[in-house]
Amino acid sequence: MSKITSLADLKKKREELKSGLDIRIKAINPETIVQVKVAMATCGIASGAKTVMEFFLEQLERRNVAAVVTQTGCMGYCYAEPTIEVKLPGKDPVVFGFVDLKRADQIIEKYIKTGELVDGIIPMNYQTIDLKE
Amino acid sequence: MKALSLNILDIVQNSIRAKASEISIEIKESVIENLYRITVIDNGTGISEDILENVTDPFVTTRTKRKMGLGLPLLKYHAELTGGALEIKSEKGKGTEITATFSNSHIDRQPLGDIVGVFIILIAVNPGIDFIYRHITERGEYRFSSKEAKEYLGVDTFYDSVLLEDIGCMIGENLKEIEVSGFTFKVKV
Repeated sequence: MSKITSLADLKKKREELKSGLDIRIKAINPETIVQVKVAMATCGIASGAKTVMEFFLEQLERRNVAAVVTQTGCMGYCYAEPTIEVKLPGKDPVVFGFVDLKRADQIIEKYIKTGELVDGIIPMNYQTIDLKE
Repeated sequence: MKALSLNILDIVQNSIRAKASEISIEIKESVIENLYRITVIDNGTGISEDILENVTDPFVTTRTKRKMGLGLPLLKYHAELTGGALEIKSEKGKGTEITATFSNSHIDRQPLGDIVGVFIILIAVNPGIDFIYRHITERGEYRFSSKEAKEYLGVDTFYDSVLLEDIGCMIGENLKEIEVSGFTFKVKV
């Protein structure tokens, strides 16, 4: 395939592919879709959040999971970065810590696809040291 | 932070949190002037004067989750290591302009790293923000605007991994065209 160097090339390629691409759901309803938030503050980025973000952006679509990936700031769990929050439709959000690519893969395959919990969950009642007392 | 592109990803978060609708990232590198300059301009809420004075103090932040912020201090540190500086201009309600200058040939000047990947993440997960990327070298200039690309391609978001990959390749190819010998961009294949 020839190299894409301009928006015109890009448009041409998309038109060629169009028939295959149109299956994507156009309207994204946050109530019926998996939401993944990757913490991308200094602490997260320094620990590898960029790689984790790229993994989710690519793999969720490749594995046919209807999901939307967004970024968020520091959730206060700097010690456990990279952290991500996953919200399955109709369920409370769950925060996972120490997410490397292996754990990210488990989160998609087990938690997102089947609802089975995996290692690395940060308890929601955890408070930062400042908030105690 | 292992690369300047990660520092950029980090400080752009400030602009996003400041509710900017347009964020412009500009990189200028010059071998002749021995200059490497990163500028991030946003039209967000701006920084109030009292915070602006000591915004590079790690213990100053507007965040409430934790009491410190290391994004700007880190960038300042990396810039000053090479004999450069960090300059912040901001006006409440108008926006903020951050400029980090580095001495290009200094051994402590970090590589840019995967700037294309960083930019792709930014445009993918912030559909409401227009991003502009500009890169200037002695061999030329490349500019990409997410708003123009959306209009041209007739899409509302870039949430499509094939499209993102293609945009990444496109920006990468264009950056290769203006690359100055010895300073390579990481292009994903």
